[in-house]
Amino acid sequence: MIWSSVQGSPFCFACKRYTCGNEYLHQLSFFSWSAILLAVLNHVFSNQTLSGVYEVIGPLLNIFQTAAVLEILHCAFGLVRSSVVLTAFQVFSRVFCTWAIAYSVTSVQGHYSVGIFVLAWAVTEVIRYAFYFFSLIGGVPYAIQWCRYTFFYVLYPFGVTGELLAVYQSLAEVKQKKLYHLELPNAANFSFNFYYFLIFFMLMYIPVFPQLYFHMIAQRKKVIGGAKKKMP
Amino acid sequence: MAITSVLQDVKKRKEALSQENVKYKVVVLHAKSGKSLAKLSNLTSNSTILDVKREYHKQFPKYYLSRQAFKVDPKGKLLKENETLKSLGLSKSPTLYFKDLGPQLGWTTVFLTEYTGPLLIYLIFYTRPAIIYGVAAASEPRASVVNIACACFSFHYIKRLLETIFVHRFSNATMPVRNIFKNSSYYWGFAAFIAYYINHPLYTVPAYGDIQIYGGLAGFLFGELGNFSIHMALRNLRPPGTKERRIPVPTSDPMTSLFSLVSCPNYTYEAISWISFSIMTQCLPAALFTTCGFYQMAVWALGKHRNYKKEFKDYPRKRKSIIPFLL
Repeated sequence: MIWSSVQGSPFCFACKRYTCGNEYLHQLSFFSWSAILLAVLNHVFSNQTLSGVYEVIGPLLNIFQTAAVLEILHCAFGLVRSSVVLTAFQVFSRVFCTWAIAYSVTSVQGHYSVGIFVLAWAVTEVIRYAFYFFSLIGGVPYAIQWCRYTFFYVLYPFGVTGELLAVYQSLAEVKQKKLYHLELPNAANFSFNFYYFLIFFMLMYIPVFPQLYFHMIAQRKKVIGGAKKKMP
Repeated sequence: MAITSVLQDVKKRKEALSQENVKYKVVVLHAKSGKSLAKLSNLTSNSTILDVKREYHKQFPKYYLSRQAFKVDPKGKLLKENETLKSLGLSKSPTLYFKDLGPQLGWTTVFLTEYTGPLLIYLIFYTRPAIIYGVAAASEPRASVVNIACACFSFHYIKRLLETIFVHRFSNATMPVRNIFKNSSYYWGFAAFIAYYINHPLYTVPAYGDIQIYGGLAGFLFGELGNFSIHMALRNLRPPGTKERRIPVPTSDPMTSLFSLVSCPNYTYEAISWISFSIMTQCLPAALFTTCGFYQMAVWALGKHRNYKKEFKDYPRKRKSIIPFLL
């Protein structure tokens, strides 16, 4: 029921008993990400634009992208170390885009870049949680498995493009408003410049994104591509 | 009758003798890829892993001894140099798996590089503020705590350098070359991060004034003295030129009495030093350095504590790793 029963992880297929400890959270996440996806699609088709998505799904996104922080713990309990780090990076970048960019920088909220990454995340998450749901009841349909390990080829670069565009778009307002600035002198004897941090954050995608991408490609080979190994 | 029994006896002895010197043909495979690397034939049942390494070195001069590691199982533990082929219970043509540990460097080299950097970097920030903060900064008056902090920081690293040269006796002679880059960027980076804020012209002096400054200074000096005492005690535990290991116990030096509470009091004292330094300077980057350093030292201490318990059956049960009574 809780963490102790977690035997596997999103990427762990060697584990014989894949039992998700946080199954209720997963079901809830599945429904809310479906709601987000439907709302985004409805908005996109009725208005013919990716702009203005945040106004429609803002609160839902805040709650359920934050809940993904639990995924780091989830991974940490059933996985090899490298994947914990990779998952942490991925979740951190998303939580960052949700709170530090979309929530904090008002001029970005209506921008189409937010629509891009929300759409990419929503499709990814709906498939992922559907995958968890089926693995809980005993068997994952091949179509779902295939989607989970194939869509990332397009969705990853698509989502990252949205994230980077959104961060870039927020630079002007952050600089002008001095958002989240901490300047000397202060009692902590520390200063923080959010504007430079954002530039650093964007540069971090250069080493991290390829790692995540190739990690997923390797997972795909293990699960559906190449030589088919015996599945437990 | 007598002759046959003597002959039988001789035969048995010959057999026994030949068993002692059974030739072993060791097949060496690459631990990761499973590729065949070498066949070593000059070995017997009494050969040790060290002999295996020497033989391998003859074939591949590039792989000096400290760079090599062997395993029985490709995913298993690294074998110790003093284990013999017989003691491992291997067949006469065993398979060993080779692992390249990468280029190695002496611990002394790595330590000296790690610790010289912070000293020089901090002193640049302290003595040449004009370079970092602009020409106007050079003429600004400085709070006394800034001078004290520089003295403490420099003292700590000078102490470490001297200890590396004159006090420490390392059980492992080498470590991988990439460690020098990893460790140096950690120490050098944090030194610059801390030095930048403490020597800044806009530095804010501690809120509680002299009590905070001199209290912190006292704590820092206490930690440094304790740390030095433990290093001396550890040195005397290991006779020169050996890799011998013993259970550390308190000596006549009262600062070493912490050994009865924790396995690694040197880390406990070091943590006290940096906590005191952070309080004294009231600087968030220093507190961050303390946190990271404590985390790393706790990991090392837990490992060392576990090894002590494994190695010595009579290891004192009440002892903790790094924080008395807690961790």
